[in-house]
Amino acid sequence: MNYILAALIGVFVAVGVYFLLSRSVIRMLLGVTIFGNAVNLLIFVGGRLTREVAPIVPYGEETIAGAANPLPQALVLTAIVIGFSMFTFLLVLAFRTYQALDADNTDNMRLAEPEDGCRPPLSY
Amino acid sequence: MAATSSSLPQAMIETATAAADWVIVLPMALCLMGAALLLTTRRARMFHAGLAILFLVAIIACEAMLFARVMAEGPVSMTMGKWLPPFGISFTADIFGAGFALTSAVVTLVLVVYMQMDRTPGDNRDGQFAMVLLLLAGVTGSFLTGDFFNLYVWFEVMLIASFGLIVLGGRGLQLDGAVKYGFLNFIATTLFLMSLGLTYGLLGTLNMADIALKAPDANPAALAGIAALLLLAFGTKAAAFPVNAWLPASYHTPPAAVSALFAGLLTKVGICALMRALLMLFPASRDLLEPVLVAIAVATLVIAPLGAIAETNLRRAMGFVVIGGIGVVFCGIALPSAEGVAGSGFYIFHAILTMTALYLIAGLVEKVTGETDSRRMGGIYAASSPLSILFIVLVLAAAGVPPFLGFWPKLLLIQAGLERLDLATPGAAIDWTGLAVAIALLVNAWLTLIAGTRLWAHIFWRAGTEGDRSEHQAANVRPLSRREGWFGLGATAALTGVIVVAGLLPDLAFEAARTGAADFIDPSRYIAAVGLAPEE
Repeated sequence: MNYILAALIGVFVAVGVYFLLSRSVIRMLLGVTIFGNAVNLLIFVGGRLTREVAPIVPYGEETIAGAANPLPQALVLTAIVIGFSMFTFLLVLAFRTYQALDADNTDNMRLAEPEDGCRPPLSY
Repeated sequence: MAATSSSLPQAMIETATAAADWVIVLPMALCLMGAALLLTTRRARMFHAGLAILFLVAIIACEAMLFARVMAEGPVSMTMGKWLPPFGISFTADIFGAGFALTSAVVTLVLVVYMQMDRTPGDNRDGQFAMVLLLLAGVTGSFLTGDFFNLYVWFEVMLIASFGLIVLGGRGLQLDGAVKYGFLNFIATTLFLMSLGLTYGLLGTLNMADIALKAPDANPAALAGIAALLLLAFGTKAAAFPVNAWLPASYHTPPAAVSALFAGLLTKVGICALMRALLMLFPASRDLLEPVLVAIAVATLVIAPLGAIAETNLRRAMGFVVIGGIGVVFCGIALPSAEGVAGSGFYIFHAILTMTALYLIAGLVEKVTGETDSRRMGGIYAASSPLSILFIVLVLAAAGVPPFLGFWPKLLLIQAGLERLDLATPGAAIDWTGLAVAIALLVNAWLTLIAGTRLWAHIFWRAGTEGDRSEHQAANVRPLSRREGWFGLGATAALTGVIVVAGLLPDLAFEAARTGAADFIDPSRYIAAVGLAPEE
């Protein structure tokens, strides 16, 4: 199970990075999402997977053996919420940029870095 | 839990937190409450600046108390939610964390005063101060937290607040910068999250003190991979050389006060987190990565000021100076002797103050000339002599010319580099890394001086703009208004005054940097403060 998931994480990261290498902002957004989910899955697997026992200590007992690890679930939930809010912001930003600059291709976004701005100043 | 006769070790904190310990979390709590209050009262905008200043003064008071306590007693820690560490989330303040948090709050206070110069009654940027406080919450939290995952959360708080600040105003230029800033920083924090997952999978803990205890027993190859991933993630956040492109593409796009806040605080948080991760948590992996670190330090030190020399946009040129400063901090990570780490910590303190002040003065120059490109600035010496004095003082401080603040950390770092040479033993093999770093530091100071003084000469000395034949100053030059003079120039002068005084009286900073560095190199006091036993 762990090996299958590890391979899946690898596929997710590869796909995410491939999309992030694109110049199109929408593809980059897809890449960010897929990459983020790969990392979420990685944290989940990092806590070791167990299917049978829920992490609830029975009444009267003090410990529980072989239970699932509850901590990565808390970590992943936090990471999902944060990642989703960041994705939402970037989505709105991409749309506003498309409206303002008429560009969804990062090569055409040259306002902040003008193409003729590279000439060094003359004289000391 | 009533099980008193338990065989298990105690897991809960039974006693109430001592009142004095609350100063550790109070700065973050005050930032968040202040931001919430400003957002709920967004219709009463005229009180916002006053409220923000009130909150900032309270935060500075808390952090000054915390810093004094850490200086006197060593690191202090507080754990949330009654669970004992490593289960509860700890906030642990050591000297570097508390000192940088205090410096950041002081800089933010100066910035809020500076922002007053632009405010008019019909201003619609009503979220500005709330987001400044949120940003400070993220920065302070990152400096003070003692938990690795919590560090990620504070990074994201800082990131979302900076997203808000960079697009506030909504000009096309800002949106363009925000796309590059946003994507690359988000990828960097995701990489950090990935290394967190791997750390947890390997060590089973995320408490920094516990990581420092358990890391020596773990698989060194896996740890080196995690450390390399952290180097990439924090290096991107800090804008070190091969992954620095987002900084000069975005920092000049928001208003000058906002970019000053970014330049002063954000990259320093990244580099401080890298110092903590590599020096305190994974020192064995750092030794493996040392050639990479030396290469990054030297490349950043040399290439960044060359960028500043080639650049004509004033604030973009200063962005390259900020990157050069990151290279200086890398030297201490590459040469982790007592002097080296102390020099890095001292330099972060210097950079938080000086880089902010540089952007503030750039904002005033842009106001006076109405231009952002230094080719079209010029001949304003008559219109603003105080500006020219402040500008040259800050350029000298950034380059590290002796009486100013930037000199002392570079002195420590060059000393650390030359210590490696071991000239006393004849016939000993020469350690080129120390020599390379020391030479790169001197080259960096020289190139930064060229870039800074040339900008100064162009802006203040040159009569007219580039290629102009006449001696008349440009037509659009206007002196600062009364409001801009009081708030803008006043705030910049006050910050420059702090830099000059701290440079002339560096004893406290030296002592803090030396003690802080000792705690980074040997974290036993830090671990003891969290309450974990070194032997386990």
